[in-house]
Amino acid sequence: MELMQKLAILADAAKYDASCASSGSIQRDAKGSDKGIGSTSSGMGICHSYAPDGRCISLLKILLTNLCVYDCLYCINRHSSNVPRARFTASEVVDLTLGFYKRNYIEGLFLSSGVIRDPDYTMEQLVEVARSLREDHNFAGYIHLKTIPDADPRLQALAGLYADRLSINVEMPTQQGLAQLAPEKNHVAIRQSMHFLKEHIDESKESRQKVNKTRSDTSVIPKRRATNRLQFAPAGQSTQMIVGADDSNDATILHNSHRLYRSYGMRRVYYSAFSPIPDASANLPLQPPPLLREHRLYQADWLLRFYRFNVNELVSPDQQPMLDLDIDPKLAWALRNRADFPVDINRATREQLLRVPGLGPGGVKRILDSRRFRRLRLADLKRMRLSLAKMKPFIITADYRPGNEPDSLILRSQFAEKNHAQLLLF
Amino acid sequence: MPTIELEEHADFQDWQPLARHLLSKQIPPDDIRWNGAATGNLFGDDDALCPDDITDASHRPSSIRISRQFIGLARFAAAHRDPQRFDVLYRLLWRLFTGERKLLQDAADPLVITANRLAKEVGRDRHKMQAFVRFRALDLKDINSDRAPTIYTAWFEPDHYILRLNADFFCRRFHNMDWTIASPYQSLHWIERKLFVGAGTDRSQLPDHDDYENYWRCYFANIFNPARLKIQAMQNEMPKKYWHNLPEAPLIQHLVKGAGQREQAMLLAPPKAAPKLPSKTRFDRERWLKKKRLNPEC
Repeated sequence: MELMQKLAILADAAKYDASCASSGSIQRDAKGSDKGIGSTSSGMGICHSYAPDGRCISLLKILLTNLCVYDCLYCINRHSSNVPRARFTASEVVDLTLGFYKRNYIEGLFLSSGVIRDPDYTMEQLVEVARSLREDHNFAGYIHLKTIPDADPRLQALAGLYADRLSINVEMPTQQGLAQLAPEKNHVAIRQSMHFLKEHIDESKESRQKVNKTRSDTSVIPKRRATNRLQFAPAGQSTQMIVGADDSNDATILHNSHRLYRSYGMRRVYYSAFSPIPDASANLPLQPPPLLREHRLYQADWLLRFYRFNVNELVSPDQQPMLDLDIDPKLAWALRNRADFPVDINRATREQLLRVPGLGPGGVKRILDSRRFRRLRLADLKRMRLSLAKMKPFIITADYRPGNEPDSLILRSQFAEKNHAQLLLF
Repeated sequence: MPTIELEEHADFQDWQPLARHLLSKQIPPDDIRWNGAATGNLFGDDDALCPDDITDASHRPSSIRISRQFIGLARFAAAHRDPQRFDVLYRLLWRLFTGERKLLQDAADPLVITANRLAKEVGRDRHKMQAFVRFRALDLKDINSDRAPTIYTAWFEPDHYILRLNADFFCRRFHNMDWTIASPYQSLHWIERKLFVGAGTDRSQLPDHDDYENYWRCYFANIFNPARLKIQAMQNEMPKKYWHNLPEAPLIQHLVKGAGQREQAMLLAPPKAAPKLPSKTRFDRERWLKKKRLNPEC
């Protein structure tokens, strides 16, 4: 099969993995060697392109093969599906990665695979691609490898030495869901593997911090080789849940996310709305969930990680099992907790400010900084380009307080209308 | 009134020595004209002041210490194409030195807001340049056998004068390649691990295709999920102004139009001709785990 045809099949097969990030690793570049190529940073990644589905294209995201001996019902590549199959050789993947990278199309490689023969054999093939990039070609760009939970720990450990990020998909928000829809996957094995990765990631990070303390110069890692014992998946691990393939509600999903972040130090949890696939099993829902549901989950996820919200404030199994589709979760919380408002911009704490609808961490910082020089008025907030329309019902400034406080229901419908118009563009 | 002569695309490196000099002479911002092409007098001398006049170390005042925060801000803001940028920066510098030491932390001050806005727009442009520069390989094997056989060339049209600001990123990443990034106002050349800054040019000098672009287009078309369309989100991050230099952009309209149809076809089509895998190859987890336990090997 020609390379172009393989690429078409194996990129198509990889599209359902939402992970796209090239961020959060450590600083590396090609200066240390004569033939190296590539660089990474510890900050934001770079999106080299964007597809019409709104997703950023940062990495070459492909499957090594879409042959698979598992039969997960929601997956287009499952054993019982009859999609055309293909398989790359390791050197084909290496050549494509380097060719794209040198032309600045990508930050690096995201490599997953169907399970062929057994988990150990598959993991060996994945690790070999990463090894070759790092050791044969001195590739210093970003590598994200999928990890197969049942694979030998030694192989998983090896993967971490070559990759920036590793990930295992939990796929289903509940154990029952997994057992029902992915019979060859085992939730215990998944948790054990995540735990194993967490231990190694943490240990390696601690070693790096110790080394940094004893160093006099500012370099982060020795640049001798592209691989180094001090780097075990420096960008951590992530995972993905499919939304809407089973009957889990948002409360279940977000509680699961909270647990994943807390117990395994996940850097990111991705939510992938179940997409209709050809030749679908009768056990799957006929309709996909609204895309908006995935968007609200990401917004809630952001609130947990950056706005110091507690998961119980956003959802609860009894009272609020699903996030509001019409308004964002932060506004929804504010409307349920009117007693906490209005917030005085000139006196409130950071925590209180972070709760104001329309105000993000950047805006909060600007307020806290400029508060030391003046008492803030509405015109100051406007000049600082804050989203006044959203904030106004909830704040007090030196020269403004909200008028007769409108009913929560009225406020809600006002904002919902605005959202609806915007979302038609979605 | 002293007039400072700076090229239209002058950036921080050009401005900084002049600003230091003016500051050391305690010339207030209102007394200066930052004017690109005009000539004028400085202290009654016949020549106007330009960066080359200040390279001598004896001109460098040792008593002026400028904060890192200001330098970070100025490096970016000075690359903006707004001709007022140098006036804004000098005013900021002046206020910092005449009693308002913590000025930069006052996020509500109008001058600070302006300077931050300039820096932010340059920052965004710089990030987009790192994202959207696309190299095309040019084989030089026949021309000069002493040097590396391939040079990677790119054409880019930045909004602001960010080439020098971004040089370090490309030098670090593509350290062992020879490459050129050309723009209308300036060009960067990285040859045998040394950087040369050259004049602007036009894109006719550069290759107009690269074989890898076919693979890239194939990848782009296939990684996209036709069940999801978020065109506004895509355009927010990848504005149309960049499209004519991106090889995948011509595909976008076609992909968008076809998306709805593809989704329908996927749901309605009969199973394809490719055969299913024989069921005996299906995985038996218990059996495999048992086999592993009995035969532990590397």
